[in-house]
Formats: sequence, C-alpha cells, structure tokens
Amino acid sequence: MTDATIVDARGLSCPEPVVRTRKALAALAEGRVDVLVDTVTSRENVSRYARSQGWTAEVKDEGDHFVVSLRK
Amino acid sequence: MSRHGPMIAGAVIGALAAYLVKSGNPGNMGICVACFTRDIAGALGLHRAAVVQYLRPEIAGFVIGAFLSALVFGEYSPRSGSSPVVRFFLGVFAMIGALIFLGCPWRAYLRLAGGDWNAIAGIAGLAAGVVIGIVFLWNGFTLGRAHATSKVSGLMMPLAAVAILALLVLQPTFGKDGTGPIFFSKEGPGAAHAPLMISLGAGLLVGWLAQRTRFCTVGAIRDLVMLRDSHLFRGVLAFIVAALATNLALGQFHAGFEKQPVAHVNTLWNFLGMTLSGLAFTLAGGCPGRQLIMSGEGDGDAGVFILGMLVGAAFAHNFSLASSGAGITAFAPAAFAVGIVFCLAVGFLSRDRV
Repeated sequence: MTDATIVDARGLSCPEPVVRTRKALAALAEGRVDVLVDTVTSRENVSRYARSQGWTAEVKDEGDHFVVSLRK
Repeated sequence: MSRHGPMIAGAVIGALAAYLVKSGNPGNMGICVACFTRDIAGALGLHRAAVVQYLRPEIAGFVIGAFLSALVFGEYSPRSGSSPVVRFFLGVFAMIGALIFLGCPWRAYLRLAGGDWNAIAGIAGLAAGVVIGIVFLWNGFTLGRAHATSKVSGLMMPLAAVAILALLVLQPTFGKDGTGPIFFSKEGPGAAHAPLMISLGAGLLVGWLAQRTRFCTVGAIRDLVMLRDSHLFRGVLAFIVAALATNLALGQFHAGFEKQPVAHVNTLWNFLGMTLSGLAFTLAGGCPGRQLIMSGEGDGDAGVFILGMLVGAAFAHNFSLASSGAGITAFAPAAFAVGIVFCLAVGFLSRDRV
C-alpha cells in the first residue's frame, strides 16, 4: 500500500480546496488522498465533491485543521 | 440541515425579502447587500447622495447573526492574510459594477422575482462574470492562504456592526444645520425602510441561516458550471421561487421592463455592470452576502472586502458612476473599463506558485 497523496488546502478561499482536490483525484484511479483544510465549509465542500465522484470521505479533527481522508 | 440547507435558507430568505418590501423597504429591494452597504456609506457621510443614506440594520444583522451562529456551532475562526489589499479593491469594483446595474446578485434575483425583466440581463451578466472567474480558477488562480489570527481580530466586523446599530439608535445629528455626522435620507430609497426591529430581526435570522447553510448567490452559479454541483444553486432557485410567491401573495409582482423600482432599462449596461461584479465576487470567493457572513465568522479578508465595497459605494456616488432610474452616467463606461482591467490583471497575475 502506497502512502496517501497530501493536498494542503489550508487557508485557501472557496472553491480552491475543491479545485485542488479534483486535480489530485483525477490523477488517481484509486488509492488515498488526504486533504488538509481549516474551515468547516471547506471540509464539507471537499467531502461532498469526493463522494459525488465515488470516493469515501472520512474526517479527522486535528485541532487547528481537519484531515479529510478520501479513499477509492 | 446540510443537504437541503441552502434550499431551506433560500426559501426563508426569499420570503423574508419580499416581506421586508411590504414592511417599508424600497421596491424589489427587501435585501440588497450592495444598495444597503451604499446606504450605510451615505449615512456615514462618505458620499452625499441625499436620497440613499440610511444605516441599514439588515447588514449589521447579517454579520451579528453569522457571528452568533459561528460561535454556537464552534465555527468562529479568526483568520486573515489572503491578499487583503487586493480584496479591498475587488470590493471597490464589485460595488461599482453593482451600482451600474443597480443591485447585488441577491437583488438581481429579487428584481426578477418582482417581475423586473431588466434583471435578466443583469443575471446573464453575473453568470458571464462568474464564468470568466472560473477560467482563472481552473488555471491556478489564488489570492494565497489566510492564516489563523488573534481572537480579537475576528471581532472587528461584528463590533463594527454593533456600532452601526448604536449609531442608528442614537441618531447623532449635532453637525451644523442640524445634520451630520450621521445622515438620514428624507426622501428617495434611503427614506424607505422597514421598522428597525423587523429589519434587524430579519437580518439576524438571515445571517444565522446563511452561516449554517453557506448560502451563496455567486457560488451557486460557480459550482453548477464548474463542478456540476447544484447544492447551492438549488438554494438560489428556492430563494427566487419563495420571493416570487410572496410577491404574488402581497400584490407586489409587476411584470415588465419600464417603470420598475430603482432600475434602468439599459440592457447592455445591466449586463456589463453585473459582469464586472460577478468576476470580482468570484475572484474574492463569494457573493457580497457570503462575504458579510464570513466576516462574522472571523474572516478578516472578507471584512476587508466589505470595507472595499463601502468605499466603492462612496466612489460610485462621489464620482458620478452610480446609475439611476434615468440610466447610466457618462462616466460609468470608463469606470467599468478600469474595473474590468483591474480584475483581469488580478486574475492573470495571481497564480499559484506552489
């Protein structure tokens, strides 16, 4: 199993976290992508987008940011 | 609330907006973030257009409602530092574009829901501006990262909103001739307003709902076109339908192009004004209502954008750029040109270097 691709979208305005997530997902047929975000809005948007593309999304609260783990 | 959130918020806000007109706000202007921010600029004496001066409690309510909601749900997070000065000028030109059209995106939809067909050109222009913004976003556009800031920095906009309300209640008019430092219109749109408690209550409720649901009238078009995601767009549809239904019920629906309240019939400039606005909003990450909400959540960059809109409103009237029922001014095309060049330059030059 390879390591997760990391997308650091902390501090970015809408819809940049989703744009970056989309690029990372498009480059992979399957696997794991960890997206770092620091607002609830971005967390929701990234999760919603990933699920719409057939990925699962799992959120972990790291205190000052969230890690949204996307898997397929 | 998440899946249907924007639709619920849109429906409630649309109905409330139409009700606010019934309660005294100007025609098809139950809520207009651009017009109301412009009225606040006038009340503060930043411009002296005597017919558009009032401290709109709805605007203060948006910020405070969002602030309280963010606090309660643990989403208050003071942050700043994503090209604030660029955002200030995006706010300036977003406002200038909106005042060429005569309304923000919220009011464009409300004008449509009131039967003002001139709004169609405005909404088309808004969509065009959003699409131009999307091209930049696909090509790595970013204004850079915001960072967490001190707790107190996030309080600035909520406190400013409280100050607006305090000035509205106190009505200090100790300047010479018995007017100023705060100015209130005696006639015109600025004199048309719902009672304070109704306006404030509506503002707080809208602020709360919009914070919970991320209701955004620009993100709606952006996400639909860019990501085929109709989540926010359904909110805008609900907003229009609810406002339309309420307008019909209250006898406020008057279909046509001519003699619409606070509107002009210049199709080209209705389109272009909103194109400028739509592009500026897209580059800034959301519509003016959303910027107010984010400023309540502690987003200092959104706060700076709002302050840019406030100053942009002053420019728009002091430089005779703002349209009236008679049409656009002689200077509006030049202001549009400056604004569009600015926004395009920001779009081309603000690329990701990661």
